[in-house]
Amino acid sequence: MAHPLRGAVAVVGIGLTPFGELPGRSHLEIMGEAIHNALADAGLKKDQVDGMFGSNFADTLGGVLYPEYFGLKNIKVIDSTNVGGSSFNNAMQEAAAALHLGLCDVALVAYGSNARTGTRRGGGPNFGRSFDAPYRPRQPVNSYALAAARHMHQYGTTKEHLAAVAVSARQWAQKNPRAFMRDPLTVADVLKSRPVVDPFNVRDCCLVTDGGAAIVVVRADRAKDFPNAPVYLLGVGSATTHNDISQMPDLTVTAVAQAAPRAYAMAGITPKDVDVIEVYDAFTINTILFLEDFGFCKKGEGGPFVAAGNIAPGGKHPLNTNGGGLSCVHPGMYGMFIMVEAVEQLRGVAGDRQVPGAEIALCNGNGGYLSSQVTLVFGTEATL
Amino acid sequence: MASERAATFQGPGPDAVWFENVKNGKFRIQKCNHCGKAFFYPRPLCVHCGSADWAWIDASGKGTVYSTSVVRQRPEDGPDYNIALIDLAEGPRMMSRVTGIAPPEVKIGMAVEAYIAPLDKEPLVLFKPAGRQ
Repeated sequence: MAHPLRGAVAVVGIGLTPFGELPGRSHLEIMGEAIHNALADAGLKKDQVDGMFGSNFADTLGGVLYPEYFGLKNIKVIDSTNVGGSSFNNAMQEAAAALHLGLCDVALVAYGSNARTGTRRGGGPNFGRSFDAPYRPRQPVNSYALAAARHMHQYGTTKEHLAAVAVSARQWAQKNPRAFMRDPLTVADVLKSRPVVDPFNVRDCCLVTDGGAAIVVVRADRAKDFPNAPVYLLGVGSATTHNDISQMPDLTVTAVAQAAPRAYAMAGITPKDVDVIEVYDAFTINTILFLEDFGFCKKGEGGPFVAAGNIAPGGKHPLNTNGGGLSCVHPGMYGMFIMVEAVEQLRGVAGDRQVPGAEIALCNGNGGYLSSQVTLVFGTEATL
Repeated sequence: MASERAATFQGPGPDAVWFENVKNGKFRIQKCNHCGKAFFYPRPLCVHCGSADWAWIDASGKGTVYSTSVVRQRPEDGPDYNIALIDLAEGPRMMSRVTGIAPPEVKIGMAVEAYIAPLDKEPLVLFKPAGRQ
C-alpha cells in the first residue's frame, strides 16, 4: 500500500531573488522578495498562508519573527527547526505532514541571506557546544576536508576526481543565466586554485553569495487550482549521524544511506527512475558521497563515476543543473535552491539547462558538517 | 510521580570535571560500567547504551590518525597547521592537532600519543607522533 504522504502535497509556487551581490539589503528584505515572487507565482495573497516554515543562522526565533515581519496574520503551524542548510528540506517533511493532517492549508517555506555583501559575512553559524572548536578547525570546510581525506585514503579518490565535480557544476552554470560564476573552469584550474584546507582548494568549496528562495506547498486535492503545473512530493527521508565531525561514525558514509532508502520506499522508486538530481554540494566531496549513498554507484566509486562525465551536461545522471552551490548560488543554507531547481526542471521551464522530459527529481539537502541529510523525491502529475 | 533514582553523578558535571582534569594535566575519559565502552566528549549518559552508571578512567594517550587536514593560512595570519581526527586506543574519536611534524606529513593510520599543552591560553589534549620526544 502506498504511503499516505506519497503525492499528498504539491509545490504550486516558487520564488527566487537575483543571485550574487545584493548590497545594502538585509537577509529579511531578500527573503521578502523571494516570498513575494513565490506567492505571485502561486496566485496567492499573504493572508492565505497559514503554515510558516523557515530558519536562518541569523534568526534565533525565526518562527515568531517571520509572521510579524511579513505580516502573516493567520499562521497556525510554525516550524523554524534549524538543522543547517537542509532545514528547508527537513521542513518539507513537517509541512507535508501538517498539510496532510489539515493543520494548515497553505505552507510557505522561505529563506534569504546577504552572506556575501552583509556584515555577517564569513565565520559561519554557531553550532553550540563543541569539543572540536578549541582546536580551531576552519569550519565548515575543515569537516568536509577531513571526510574527503578519509575517502581518498580508503578508496583512492583523487583531487582530480574532486575537481571533476566542480567542473561539472560550472558546465551546468554556463547554461544558467542566473548563476553567479559562469566562466570556463577546467580540472587544472581547480587544482591550481588557492589551497584552503587540504585536500581542498578554493574551487572545491561552494560560493558565498546573497540570495533568497521560497516555495508554496498545498494539499494535492487543490494543487490544480493554481496557475502552474503542480510538482508533487512523492517521498521524503530525514536522518542525522552527528553534530561535530569528530562524532560522525564513518566519514565515508553519510546519513543519506538512511534517508534515501526511506524516501525511495515512500515514493515507490529506485535510482533507475530518477531523471534529474539536485544535491547540496557545499564541497566537491559531497556530491561523490551522496551519489554513492543514493546508490547510483558503489561505495568508493563516486570519484571515477563523476570523472566519467555522468553528472555533467549530456551525462546519464544530470546533477545540479542550476550550477549548484559551487557555481550558481550559495548564501549559507543552500537547501531551498535545490528544491526550486527541481520544480523548474519538472515544470519543464529550465531553458538551456532543461533535462528533456524530466518527470522525477531526486534532491538531497545537507546540513551542518555532513550532519543532517534530507532526501526528497518530487514528481510530475504523470508520476502519481 | 517521577521515579526516585540517584542522581547520575555527584558534584560537578562531567563537562566541568573534564576541564578541571585537563587543567591539571590529566587526560581522563568516561567508561560505562554497564556496557563497558568508553566515550568522549564528556556527557551524563553513556552514548552507547544510555546508562548513567559510568566512571572516569585514565586514557592511555595512545591513538591512531583517522583523518587529517592542513589549514592553509595567509603568512600574516600565522603558519599552516594540522587538524586531525584521532581514534583513541580506548575507542572514542576526538578532534585534535598532531604537532612536532610538518602538517602535510601527518598521515592516516599514523600512531600518535597524547600530551597536554596550551594552544592559545587554554590547555588542550594534543598529539605527537608515537615514540618522539
